[in-house]
Amino acid sequence: MAHGSMSRRNFLNLAAGAGAGVALASCGSSGPSQGGGGAEASYWFLTAAPGEVIRKNAVSRFNKANPDNQIKPTAFENDAYKTKIRTALGAGQAPTIIWGWGGGGLKSWVEAGQVDDLTDWFAQNAAVKDRLFPSSFGAATVNGKIYAMPCETVEPIVLFYDKRAFDKIGAEPPQSWGDIMDLVPKFNAKGIAPFSLAGQSRWTNMMWLEFLFDRIGGPEVFQAVFDGQKDAWSHPAALDALGKVQELVRADGFVKGFSSVVADANADQALLFTGKAAMMVHGTWTYGQMAEEGGNFVSGGNLGYMNFPPVDGGKGDPSNTVGNPAQYLAISTKSSAEQKETAKKFFTTGVLTDEESAEWLDTGGVPIVKGSESKIASSKDPAFLKFVYDTASNAKVFAQSWDQALSPTAAEKLLDNIAKLFQLSITPQQYVDNMNQVIGQ
Amino acid sequence: MSGLAPPAVRVRAATGSAGGRSGSLGWMALPALAIFVAFGLVPLVGVLALSFTRWDGIGAIHPAGLDSWRTVLTDPGLPHALWVTFLVMALSWAFQTPMSLLIGVFLAGRQRYREFLAVLYVIPLLLSSAAIAITYKALLDPNFGLGAGLGLPFLVQDWLGRSGLALGVVVFVVSWQFIPFHALIYQGAVRQIPVTLYEAAQIDGAGRIRQFLSITLPQLKYTIITSSTLMVVGSLTFFDLIFVLTEGGPGDATRVLALDMYKRGFQANLMGPASAIAVILVLAGLALALLLQRLGGRDASASQLEGA
Repeated sequence: MAHGSMSRRNFLNLAAGAGAGVALASCGSSGPSQGGGGAEASYWFLTAAPGEVIRKNAVSRFNKANPDNQIKPTAFENDAYKTKIRTALGAGQAPTIIWGWGGGGLKSWVEAGQVDDLTDWFAQNAAVKDRLFPSSFGAATVNGKIYAMPCETVEPIVLFYDKRAFDKIGAEPPQSWGDIMDLVPKFNAKGIAPFSLAGQSRWTNMMWLEFLFDRIGGPEVFQAVFDGQKDAWSHPAALDALGKVQELVRADGFVKGFSSVVADANADQALLFTGKAAMMVHGTWTYGQMAEEGGNFVSGGNLGYMNFPPVDGGKGDPSNTVGNPAQYLAISTKSSAEQKETAKKFFTTGVLTDEESAEWLDTGGVPIVKGSESKIASSKDPAFLKFVYDTASNAKVFAQSWDQALSPTAAEKLLDNIAKLFQLSITPQQYVDNMNQVIGQ
Repeated sequence: MSGLAPPAVRVRAATGSAGGRSGSLGWMALPALAIFVAFGLVPLVGVLALSFTRWDGIGAIHPAGLDSWRTVLTDPGLPHALWVTFLVMALSWAFQTPMSLLIGVFLAGRQRYREFLAVLYVIPLLLSSAAIAITYKALLDPNFGLGAGLGLPFLVQDWLGRSGLALGVVVFVVSWQFIPFHALIYQGAVRQIPVTLYEAAQIDGAGRIRQFLSITLPQLKYTIITSSTLMVVGSLTFFDLIFVLTEGGPGDATRVLALDMYKRGFQANLMGPASAIAVILVLAGLALALLLQRLGGRDASASQLEGA
């Protein structure tokens, strides 16, 4: 059952996988719609359940309420979208409303003059800004100016686990890094992989480093990299964290063949809910998918979750987390005045409406609207939502995922080296040397 | 001696008039020429120009002199990508040529069941590379793939996660996709071989293997060169299949030059270095095509039937 829908998704992803070809093809189809400069605004975002449906619903509600301001939505698969959007921006064919992750990607659009400065608009429409989590604006801000509208949900990365697996070995979820290393041989002896990991996707591996860097050295270690300090990767905490990851790989901490597992097919989640793996470090956005495809895994109360445990002797605050503080909507400078007007109207009346917020809550997402906590109690899974809400709001530092915080140039190098680190084909020192070369790029 | 001279002159005159006739029809080449200039030469010059700039794909383009070239040529990733490209090229050639030759020769027979098989064999050619890659990826999944599904432990390998294995998988899948095409070429070529040759050989008492080695193979010489040229030059552009299958991974184990170009250009937003690699790819393709033409001898494009 789970596998059936997985390969269906695979098949859908295939179109996106073709990458450049598809990008070019859809350029042609979407180009004319805005080339005319009509009032219809275009809006590109990501596929994948449950977000795609909710995004489409939001647009159709807006279109129904505003017959004169129509929005035409188009959805793309994750990895292909990142390429597609840049190609479109470069070719002057970008949609009016650009969905994104903020951070380094948004910064590069801003530097190229491709997205509108919304600072003044937010100042004039204080109500739009004031109803959202203040923390969500960090990744939308470049050089003190706001270039994007935060939207959707807050998505910290957490440690998911299968309670059934822990029952089988008669152990408790790990409270420290030491516990994790102790659990590894116990699970392996029972034929259960300790951790699920979609290693081929690379950014999945990155989540481990994000936590280990933070727990060992605190958020300052990566912040120094982000700030472009010379040789920032050479921090002793970095070397320690990189070494620990390789220790875990050598101890068979990850599922066998993890380098062949792909996140876009959700195979990593399937490993967890089919009982093949005991734990998984992943974003809270995977919850909806696991609830939908995992049979009674979530509904039967088998899914456990916790913040990433501390490392003994580490400096980082154990409440710290990383992930997506929100998602972001930017407006292309190339759009017509009417299209921009439609987009802003959408930001004011169409984004995170009560209906949309309720839909996010139903799928296990915490919308970035103030007052969401009061609605959590009446939602489908109050316990999980409260956990997400608390993790996000109690975090001393909520860092943005590295590949989104850094420039695309540095992020590509980062993901490349992380993959090699997990492959054990480079040493921690080589990783540090390689990454020091691209600091500030 | 002198008696031979006039005809030679006449021949030359004849070619002259032939040239004149084709000259009057030269305008018919104009559409093709225009398309070649617009979609071949102009982008090529554009890429060459881009390789001397710094550009992130969406912002302003800054001249950067030889920066990109220096970056690319000093990057240890380049020799690696070249090596992987060469490996994929050589291995897939070595795997595809004998396979497609044998299948082509087999299919050249006229029995009805072979026509049925010929239809079956050609199916991989009809599928898109992306679909093939996705399918193989699902089949090779160590946890949910073919091995796990059928309970065959030897099929449960980290196929795409170990350098050597991943390269082997790429070569296999590429070959699986293109063997039908080359088999088709060989099938056609084998059917062009005059039957009289085989009849003569049979009278001389040559067996099937002997006939294959002494007649079929030599007669297919130019077909082999043509097919090899297509394989070798085509392998420089392998992109879609590898991109979907491994994304160049694990690490950079299957990162061929074309993929390296894409990653630099569209994922790392370094259009300058990506353009430099594109230029290198064009040069490598040209050099290889010329080399293969040389290997084929000067008469490679002559009719194969003349010798018969």
